[in-house]
Formats: sequence, structure tokens, C-alpha cells
Amino acid sequence: MVDHTHQDIDAATGTATTGHEWDGIKELNTPLPKWWLYVLYATMVWSVGYWILYPAIPLPGGQTPGILGWSSRGAVTAELQDLQAQRASMVTQLNNSTLQQIASDPKMAEFARAFGHSAFGVNCAPCHGSNGQGSKGYPNLTADRWLWGGTLDQISATITHGARYGDPDGHQGDMPAWGTAGLDKQQIENVANYVYSLSHKTTADVSAGQKVFADNCAACHGENAKGNPDVGAPNLTTRIWLYGGDKADLIQTITYGRGGHMPAWGSKLDPATIKALTVYVHSLGGGQ
Amino acid sequence: MNAISGSGLKKADAAAAASEDGPLYESRKQIYPQSVSGTFRNIKWVLLGVGMLVYYFLPFVRWDRGPDQPSQAVLVDLSNGRFYFFGIEIWPQEVYYFTGLLILASFTLFLMNAVAGRIWCGYLCPQTVWTDLYLLIERWTQGDRRERMLKAKQPWSLETVTEAILKHSLWLMIAWWTGGAWVLYFADAPTLVKQLVTFQAPAQAYIWILILTSTTYLLAGFAREQVCLYMCPWPRIQAALTDEYALNVSYRVDRGEPRASVKKAKLLREEGKPAGDCVDCGQCTAVCPTGVDIREGLSMGCIQCGLCIDACDNVMRKIGRPIGLIGYDTDDNIARRAEGLPALKPKLARPRTIVYVALIVAVASAMAFSLATRRSLGCDVMHDRNPIFVTLSDGSIRNVYTVRVLNPKGYERQFKLSLDGLPQGKLAVMGEAPGDAGGVPVVAPPDQTLELRVTVTTPPDAQLPQSTPIQMVLTDVKTGETVKKADYFKAP
Repeated sequence: MVDHTHQDIDAATGTATTGHEWDGIKELNTPLPKWWLYVLYATMVWSVGYWILYPAIPLPGGQTPGILGWSSRGAVTAELQDLQAQRASMVTQLNNSTLQQIASDPKMAEFARAFGHSAFGVNCAPCHGSNGQGSKGYPNLTADRWLWGGTLDQISATITHGARYGDPDGHQGDMPAWGTAGLDKQQIENVANYVYSLSHKTTADVSAGQKVFADNCAACHGENAKGNPDVGAPNLTTRIWLYGGDKADLIQTITYGRGGHMPAWGSKLDPATIKALTVYVHSLGGGQ
Repeated sequence: MNAISGSGLKKADAAAAASEDGPLYESRKQIYPQSVSGTFRNIKWVLLGVGMLVYYFLPFVRWDRGPDQPSQAVLVDLSNGRFYFFGIEIWPQEVYYFTGLLILASFTLFLMNAVAGRIWCGYLCPQTVWTDLYLLIERWTQGDRRERMLKAKQPWSLETVTEAILKHSLWLMIAWWTGGAWVLYFADAPTLVKQLVTFQAPAQAYIWILILTSTTYLLAGFAREQVCLYMCPWPRIQAALTDEYALNVSYRVDRGEPRASVKKAKLLREEGKPAGDCVDCGQCTAVCPTGVDIREGLSMGCIQCGLCIDACDNVMRKIGRPIGLIGYDTDDNIARRAEGLPALKPKLARPRTIVYVALIVAVASAMAFSLATRRSLGCDVMHDRNPIFVTLSDGSIRNVYTVRVLNPKGYERQFKLSLDGLPQGKLAVMGEAPGDAGGVPVVAPPDQTLELRVTVTTPPDAQLPQSTPIQMVLTDVKTGETVKKADYFKAP
């Protein structure tokens, strides 16, 4: 506290001290300019404006709203509207063009990829990964094999109607659980050995498995095991495995079956977004 | 060195403060700088004139860069992210040139300080220059120091009101032009002037002019020395950077003291008693724009503009004493004179100044070298983070990269992009036709960055390690100029 009776004068400068002392160091009282103080008062007055204009005082039942009616939610909505307005002309172009036209026009394709990338991040990334890399059970969209076909129209159909998701136009068809549908353990192991040999060099005799395959699996996967995109039967001769490609994985898949779901986005996303997503996914590296 | 109280507050104030509780805030003492003529005043006028000319007319200087390119010599094109300075064009990713400029500016400031104190403050700082200009107008309209002090005490009359209105109008006009010239650096100046006059310029231009009008008007018209005393960090830093060999505007205590009037000094000298040259006329204080009494020694308020030198020299000439009672002198010499030793010539070449000069030369030549050898093409490679590689159906491995091709030239150019360091790898650009042995051809539009999605694929049996260093090579088909960018090829 300031000592009111004995004003302390610093010998070196002749300036009064405030009376504050820390370890022998005294604070000189060097007065600030008055305008400095007035600026402080002015900022206080200025702040009153914020109380009036913006949400400020917490009350039971919610804060005071402020006469501008500002809210962070409202600000986001306004920003999104701005964004939509910015996109509007390009979105109209997307709506009026076919997928092929969009993909072949550099300006539209660039917009579609950027727009598609952001829509992908919001809607698709939780399963397919941030850049479409996928993971076990969720198809990798950057590789060169497609369960349901990789042309622009096929990708668009898959996005719109999904797979095994209740949409009558969506992709149907499961991989049956052969463990309860007619194959015994030995047969399953034999056919797993055969399927494994399709993508790996092996000298083992897989003819037993080949017979099981021809009798049970070839209907969907084809006699040469190259798959059939119409029923979503994967090509079994490649190195790309949705559910894992080693023998244990194969036995698991054959015994218990598979059938992942892809939502039908046609009811959730507008046509322009689906077109943009299609072009984006097609450009990830596997488009046909 | 005194604190602020030494410069602004008179001794009496300090004494008054001492008698009771010290005031926590003090009113500003209005300063009425007197006009003065002399060498330093002339130097200041010349610098003011040159500085203003450059500031106001630089935006109108033209520079031909070819069709579809801005023809303004100095232009900050914010919307396109380009900075033009005569023959130099800087893109946003080259902002390090500005860092270099800032480093150069601070070393130059340090060097000035090591040689002769606050040259910047006294002669070049915009705050000083604009305040000088405003003071000139104040003198034109309201008279010199005495008249202004008198008028400040008198009640308003028709004459003084007219003068004040004239002064503030002129001030506001200069302030408006200050802001007006500022915005010309950010758009084509002649076009913007036309737009401004016809009220068709973008709102931002008017807003910035308004902002700079008010700051100029407030800082040069009213705040003045308060900016130096309370707002500017440089006086504090400068005080810590100076040394005893730096030239500063100082009062020759040995010559000036004891002070006496002309008559009294004459009497004293006749009696053989000591008499100083200082006649205590107060001219040095009267002309000071920051209200400092230089005779009290170096202080933070002193911007070392040299006007007190001119004032004192004029007085010394009149009374027939040698000039230089106030002059540029080093602390070292002041101390030597106090001990009766002869003054030394100021040493310019000292370790401190040599180091500063060396640093300035080093930074400037590094910048000049990098500017001179700047490539006319650029290439940036970013490996996709996710997935870092893709296994294809036949077991091939593919890596995807985003490659940015920079074409800083004002015309379309043909490049070829090829791969180095991975003989098994095959490079392809998505959406472009496959290339030949020389690489994949790409066309870069003028003055733009072209973004490409590039794949590198290796065959199934390549047996690569997890990471192989590679290089992307960009070649200008016409000139053969190449740029290489290192990255990696990732495999399982």
C-alpha cells in the first residue's frame, strides 16, 4: 500500500516511488498520460455496445439475445448459404450435364472433384476412409477392382441405391454362410485352399476344392472365379481382398458368409452432390 | 538516462509530486514548437519532400510486363496473390523475401543507431515527417510559437476560429491524401483514382482511406510526441542497443556551464571567473518538437532531430561565440570532456558497426542471389498421406502424388514430367495422355499453378523396400530447363 505520510523519493531519478518494494527494488511512480486513462474508459463504454448488440448476460432460461440476434449457429448457417450461393452456378451446370460431360469438361470436373471431396469427407469417409482407401469390410475405392462396377454410371447407381439396404433398385445378393448351407468343414477347407491358389503360386493339389467350387461357388463367382459385378460377386483371382485374403480369412468368409451394407444416398443427397461424388470417386484411381 | 519524467515533467512537477501522493495520471503539456532555420532543418525539409514525392507518386509509375499483366511498377495484388516491384514478381509462397526485407530493415535500423542514434526517429519516421508537415501548416495558419501560445490563452474570436478551421481543413486534406495514396498501392492507380472520384471504387478502398485519414489526423495533428513517448517501442529498444561510441545530439556541458546572460558572462570573463557559452535563452527547448531540454542530457523523449543544434548555432552566431554548443557527440567524448581530456574523433569502424554491415551485406546478397537465380518454373510434390500406397488387382503397387507445376511466366508453356530413381516405376498423370520416354507432357497456363494428380505404379514382382527415394523431374520442353523434387515411393 502507498505510505501516505512518508513519500519515498528515489535518489537516482528524483521521482517518487509508489511505495511498492520487492527484494529492495522499488517501483517508480511514473504517471501515465491522462488520455491513456480516457482510452481505457472509452473501451469500457465500447464494451457496453457489445452487451446490447450480442448475447451477453446468462439468465435462467437462456442468455440475453442481443438486438442483432446473433448466434454462432446462425453465423454458420449464413456462411453455408453464402457457400451455396457461390456454388450455385456450377451446381446448376452439374444438374444440367451428364456424368460423362462433367468428367470430360476440365472446369466442371475440377469443381465436381472439389465438391465431391468435401461431400465425401462428410458422408462417406466414416466407412471408406478419408481418401477412399477403405479398410477391412469397407471397399477400397482407390484400387482398380469394383464389386458393383467402376464406370461412372455404375458408381452413380451404387451411391444412389446402395447395397443390401432395402432399396429395391439397390444391389442385392449375399455371400451365403456355407457352414450351415451344405458344406462340411473339410469341403470348406478344400475350397479355401483352391481359392487361395488362384492368387498365389502353389504346388499343392487343389482339385478337391476346385470341384467344390464348381458345384457351389461358380454360379456367382463364375467358372474361372473372375466374379460378376451384377451380383456383387468379387473376382477371386486378384490381390484385392475386402475381408482379408489369407486362408483363415477365407475359411471365415466361406463358413459364415458376408454381406456388407452400403446406404442408399439417393434419399439423403441431392442429385448434384451425387454427381460430384461419382466424379470424385471415379477420379480416385480406379475409375473405368 | 532519465525516464519520461525527465523529458516531459519539469523539476517543479516532480517536487510537487514529492510533497504528497504522486499523481497516477498526468495531463499532457501542450508543446508549441518554434520555427527554426539551419542545416538540420534543411536536411529535414529535403527528406520530407523526397519521402512525400515517393509516397504519392510511386503508384503512378508504370512498368511494362506485357499484355494481360498489370502495368503498375509497385503493386500489391491481394485478390490474385501477387506482389509486383518493378521487374520482380513475388508469389505468396515466396513471402520469405519480405522476411528478408524486414531483417534488412531492422539491421539497418541497428546500424543507424550504432552510428548516430535515432536518425530514423529524427528524420525518416513517418510520425516525424507527417508531424513536421502538420506543424508547418499550423505555423502558416496560426502563427509561430509565441502567437500560438497567446491564442491558446485568449477566448475565441472570429479570426482565431477562421484560422483553426483553415488549419483543420488542411490537415484533413493531407490526411485524406495520405490514405488515398495508400490504397493506390493495392489496385491500378489511375483506374482507382477515376473510380474514387466518380464514387465507383470498391467499399474497401473508401474504408481504408477513412481509417488512414483518421489515424494520420489524430497521430500527426494531436498525438504527436505522445506516439514517441508512450506508443512506440523503438525508444526503449534503442536505449538498450546504444553504446558510448554512438553519436547523439548532446549539449556540451563543459562549454556551456555555468550559464549566464551575455552581459553577465562578459563581466565574469573580465573578472577572470568561469562563464559558460550557454546564455540560457531557451531556444533549444522552444524549437524542440517533443518538449525536451537537451541540456539535461540524453532522454527518451529526444528524437534527435537536430533542430536544437540549428537553434543554438543561430544564437551563438548572433552573440559571437563558436557554434557547436549543441551538436552530435558521443557519450565517450562527453565523459572525456568532463575530465578535461581532449575529444576523440568518432569511430565509425567498430566491431558493432562492422558486424551490422556484414550482416546487412550477407542478407542482401543472399536475397539478390536467390532473386537473380530464381527459376522460371517450379514444382512441388506432395505424397498422398492416405492411402500411402494402393495394391492393385494384379499385385502392382501404386502411389499417388499431388504435383503442383508453377509457371510464373506470362505465357502458356509445355512441360514434361518424368520420374527418376525408380526404373521399375511408371509415371502417369490422371486425365492426361500417357507419355513417352521423355515424360508425360503437360501444358501449364500462363502465370498460374497447375495442380496434377500423378500416379507411380510398379509391377507385381518389384520387391521394393518400404520406402524408396525418388525424384520428380519437370522439364521445359522448349528451353530444357529442369527442376527436380525429391519424394518417396512407398510399398507394403
